[in-house]
Amino acid sequence: MSGPDTVLEVKDLKVHFPVMAGAVVRKQVGSVKAVDGVSFDVRRGETLGLVGESGCGKSTTGLAILRMIDITSGEVKFEGEDISNYDRSRMRPIRRRMQMVYQDPFGSLNPRMKVSEIVGEPLEVHGLAGDRAAYDTRVASLLDMVGLLPDMADRYPHEFSGGQRQRIGIARALALEPSLIICDEPVSALDVSIQAQVVNLFQELQERLGLTYIFIAHDLAVVRHISHRIAVMYLGRIVEIAPRGELYAKPLHPYTLALLAAIPIPDPEIEASRPQQIITGEVPSAMRPPPGCRFHTRCPQVMDVCKSVDPPMRDMGGGRAVACHLYGS
Amino acid sequence: MAPLLSVKGLSTEFRTERGIVKAVDNVSFDLAAGETLAIVGESGSGKSVTAMSILRLIPDPPGKISAGEVMFDGQNLLTLSDEQIRAIRGNRIAMIFQEPMSSLNPSLTVGLQIAEPINLHRKTPWAAAMDKAVELLGRVRMSDAASRVKAYPHQFSGGMRQRAMIAMALACQPQLIIADEPTTALDVTVQAQILALLKEVTRAANSALILITHDLGVVARYADRVCVMYGGRIVEAGPAREIYARPRHPYTIGLMASVPRLDQEAGSRLVPIEGSPPNLANLPPGCAFAPRCRRATDLCRNHRPLLVQSTPDHLSACHFHAQLSANVGT
Repeated sequence: MSGPDTVLEVKDLKVHFPVMAGAVVRKQVGSVKAVDGVSFDVRRGETLGLVGESGCGKSTTGLAILRMIDITSGEVKFEGEDISNYDRSRMRPIRRRMQMVYQDPFGSLNPRMKVSEIVGEPLEVHGLAGDRAAYDTRVASLLDMVGLLPDMADRYPHEFSGGQRQRIGIARALALEPSLIICDEPVSALDVSIQAQVVNLFQELQERLGLTYIFIAHDLAVVRHISHRIAVMYLGRIVEIAPRGELYAKPLHPYTLALLAAIPIPDPEIEASRPQQIITGEVPSAMRPPPGCRFHTRCPQVMDVCKSVDPPMRDMGGGRAVACHLYGS
Repeated sequence: MAPLLSVKGLSTEFRTERGIVKAVDNVSFDLAAGETLAIVGESGSGKSVTAMSILRLIPDPPGKISAGEVMFDGQNLLTLSDEQIRAIRGNRIAMIFQEPMSSLNPSLTVGLQIAEPINLHRKTPWAAAMDKAVELLGRVRMSDAASRVKAYPHQFSGGMRQRAMIAMALACQPQLIIADEPTTALDVTVQAQILALLKEVTRAANSALILITHDLGVVARYADRVCVMYGGRIVEAGPAREIYARPRHPYTIGLMASVPRLDQEAGSRLVPIEGSPPNLANLPPGCAFAPRCRRATDLCRNHRPLLVQSTPDHLSACHFHAQLSANVGT
């Protein structure tokens, strides 16, 4: 599906972290398979949502694409360029076009830097700052873009609320005019009434600047709201990928179904009539993922084949794919 | 019949560098046996301080319960001696916190911690109390309960720790359980398990449940009645179905419009509440929500609205509650 419209292609991405033991002689006793064979592509101007519970590998996938952690195997192609084996110096020009917005609006901003320095730092690092006047104009226009006032440039992060801090983080990500922004749980630390402001800002910026997003979150309602397509992850794998409308209307994978059922709808009338199918158990350890289908230990529709054979990703047409034996030929 | 719990005019203050902050201001509500009340609000709304005040868990100083009464089963908890309130905590009223890791003692086995209130309040010998702990862990559907009682909290996952907390809360068959954001730290599928369990065990024992949360979905699924808090005060209260169908405060209306729903058309724009939650040390003289409210008038900015009956069982603290009910849906 590669073409000029494809911003990012990820093929069979694996990120394994070694687990070491021994006090004197350290040796590897195993590995955490945080991401274990993930493939997807992202088209220009779209938002791909990555959703899943803790340990599913969604954040690690984001970090691996940005090459902020090492890739064990697989391929990451950004705007046609295979960056899987790039070192720091070769990644530097790539990072101008690929930026990240983090979850924690408190921890991700340096408390000793003024807002103007935080937002303008990427310009300095990449030698794009220009003279003082050009720099100030650029910072002011970035702040304006995210709905902050120009006179906030001289203030420090502690003077801002969580929502405003997240806007500062977004302005910083926009400074280098990236084509792809990876957003890792960008609204989950914010109050409910503030989340909508930031979600709307992401959508407005996408329309104005033609941005492409990977939106990583555990909240399926938020992810579905902002994403055009959604990949549901479980224990290092994508189990289902679908356009947002179909994912809720007709979920295919039993895990997607379980996730949807677990999220209450804010309406007591609907909740009273909704079947409550709550799956049991918790996500197993990524160090020893179950054999066969990784979800089989919790799956309400488990079959014998699931316990031994790993289901491949199957194309279901209409932009949908699912990794489940229920849909085997 | 008198309610199990009746909170009247409860106010709790904290002394800070910037003066006295009223974290909870004149909060009143009733709760009947077997009923689930959700207290909804954002950070700083006073929902947790309300819960802590009921059990007198406010650190003094800097905090102080400055007014009100908390009538529980005929006695005012605020006038009891320390010894008397200790006999109620964990016994007739139990509390479940958000962070099971920081509310469990890491150096004691889970079984011992569940058995402790039974031994303390019921004077049950330790051996029998430990047997009861095994039974309680089974009741919260912990597999392999007999060996799990000997485990330490760090050996448990987040969901198992919260199950252990619920087992501990159930130990003395409390009449009231207060759960403060009990599932915020958990994964969504585990959150659903824990809340369903909490609902089931309270229903079985006809205990009352106060569920403190910021999640409107959780409220819709589990609560019978709702109190919406903003800036330390209750701004709207009533039966859950009534509040979701006919909200009578602009803050509640705004909250509902700002959360994405799974059953709604995706891709539409959310309607956010502009601005930020208020600073409790510096509340406006009128309605605390006025600076963010699109309908605010000079009346709202200058005069604090009282919580009044909009209909017999639906309370609202908005000067325009009557007009709001007519406009909902537009």
